[in-house]
Amino acid sequence: MADLKLVNVCKSYGQVDVIHGVDLEVKHGEFVVFVGPSGCGKSTLLRMIAGLEEITDGDVVIDGDYVNDVDATDRGLAMVFQSYALYPHMTVRKNLSFGLEIARVARQEIDRRVAEAARILKIEDYLDRHPAKLSGGQRQRVAIGRAIVREPKIFLFDEPLSNLDAELRVATRVEIAKLHERLGATMIYVTHDQVEAMTMADKIVVLRNGVVEQIGAPLDLYNHPANLFVAGFIGSPRMNLLEGRVIGSRTGEIEIEIADNVRITAPIGPLPDVGKVTLGIRPEHFARVGAEEAQLALTIDFVEALGGETLVYGSLPGGSQPIIVKLDGQHLIENGASLSLTVQPGQMHVFDATGRALPKMRATAAAA
Amino acid sequence: MATTTIPRSRRDAIAKRWQRGRSGYMFLIPWLIGFFALTLGPALASLYLAFTKYDVLTPPVFTGLDNFGYMFFQDYRFRQALQVTFTYVLWSVPLKLGLALLIAIALDKGTRGVDLYRAIFYLPSLIGGSVAIAVLWRQLFDRDGLTDQLLQLLGWPPGTSLLNNPDHALKTLIVLSVWQFGAPMVIFLAGLRQIPQHLHEAARMDGAKTMQRFSRITLPLLAPVIFFNLIMQTIDAFKAFTQAFVVSAGTGGPIDSTLFYTLYLYQEGFAFFRMGYASALAWFLLIIIAAFTALTFLSAKYWVHYDDGR
Repeated sequence: MADLKLVNVCKSYGQVDVIHGVDLEVKHGEFVVFVGPSGCGKSTLLRMIAGLEEITDGDVVIDGDYVNDVDATDRGLAMVFQSYALYPHMTVRKNLSFGLEIARVARQEIDRRVAEAARILKIEDYLDRHPAKLSGGQRQRVAIGRAIVREPKIFLFDEPLSNLDAELRVATRVEIAKLHERLGATMIYVTHDQVEAMTMADKIVVLRNGVVEQIGAPLDLYNHPANLFVAGFIGSPRMNLLEGRVIGSRTGEIEIEIADNVRITAPIGPLPDVGKVTLGIRPEHFARVGAEEAQLALTIDFVEALGGETLVYGSLPGGSQPIIVKLDGQHLIENGASLSLTVQPGQMHVFDATGRALPKMRATAAAA
Repeated sequence: MATTTIPRSRRDAIAKRWQRGRSGYMFLIPWLIGFFALTLGPALASLYLAFTKYDVLTPPVFTGLDNFGYMFFQDYRFRQALQVTFTYVLWSVPLKLGLALLIAIALDKGTRGVDLYRAIFYLPSLIGGSVAIAVLWRQLFDRDGLTDQLLQLLGWPPGTSLLNNPDHALKTLIVLSVWQFGAPMVIFLAGLRQIPQHLHEAARMDGAKTMQRFSRITLPLLAPVIFFNLIMQTIDAFKAFTQAFVVSAGTGGPIDSTLFYTLYLYQEGFAFFRMGYASALAWFLLIIIAAFTALTFLSAKYWVHYDDGR
């Protein structure tokens, strides 16, 4: 178990900069998730920590030691690869013990650690099989087991669940989270799936184009996204981002017009001189009300009844701004009908023209 | 008396199948003619001739196992040819494969101009087996050749010819063979490219250094390719003929030191017109090659691993 510090870490391939000065601190035993869309640099950053990619600039510090010039073989970290990267010519037992044999650990100790990892991951029955004879889920367990037996300073996971089917992905996600709790190890996990990030992380690092957009606890990111990108990326279904115009401003609140005659009062202040803004409302923060209490009247395009909840896809008058609404339970709603909605107090986010979140006051909403 | 007739429906089905495959069979005919007339026919004929005394000019006379009896118990040149050929195979194949693997690994690094290097290294394989190169080789290693002059610089007496020295002639031919490492090198390169990069990275994360990764990851995963190259090169080496024929002017000299099996077979068949005996030699070579190949296949289960866990 170890802590990790990245200081202004940069990576360039020739003239192309892919990581732009990342600063990050990971404490002992923390579960940190790098999340972002494809090509954002999250895997590159992980590989730089692993020592598989050279660092163009900056420092990587593990347990107080600068490891920029230390090869991956000597960093004492373990990595679980997206493709599992199991040695096809070795049995599961050999795959698990390979790193320990290289490190010349005593045979008895190797056997003990392999048996322990196999027990934890429930792969005892497959120890003498080759990887080709295992299912995807079993291979993933072996890959995790290979990391466990080495008792590394830090576990690195590079999109380890992306090759599994949906059901297995959820089950393995839970197992990795339990494993973290059990081992108390420092883990860094890369994914493009924000649900994985939200459910597993102590701390999420949101990346875009090699830049850290926001670092924080999952619920911090959900409740207080720093910018439009984080607001849109965290949460499923994604936050509704409605372009609007500030038409009135009072102390602590502004009035935003998001469609003809649709105005919403958002608790924002003190307000800089802004004209165009983006109003962010999560689908689950709408409530269905009677027509007389409605802040918004949504024209329904499509309804997805999922049983426990209902997703309604619609648009504001004029049809320019699509909106997704998530309602608890089952609702009998027909396409083309109108849905009267209000926004839960305190659940609005306002972003200025540059996409930066404006500081939130106690939130209320008022009908236009 | 009962008669068997093919039911009409089955006859129709057979006719239909023939109709459907007819154009395919037509395309096959030229190859089939070649195979039966030029390969299978002569092979079966030589099998028969192996048990005869046949001088090409008079009809063959069946002699039973006489040819083989002479071969195993009386023919000292046969034993010499075997010894020369086995020495050649056992030295040239491992050396050639080792050099091919070494160069392939160097070229696999993706250095600048790698395609040019690959072409240059492959060149000897294209031209190395030719008579022209064997003649050139003879000039190089013969008396007053380039090597003679170089050896003089190192203090050797003038007039040294590696090819005219029974102690060095075979070694020179082994070097000539090893120099033609291009074909196995290209296959090794393809094999190296097949090993996923993430396996090397996983091994690095497991703490394996360069040599450990080579011995524990690269070599085992390359085993199917090594296996293939080993079989092909062994067969090729057993069949080696041109170089020995050219550099020794067909004699296998000096003092039979380059008397390759195929060269001896050629001498028996086409110089001494003992075609029956030459056929027996040819069939025994086939048995040797088959035995070597079978042994390699049998050993494969101990050292060749396939991705599917076999």
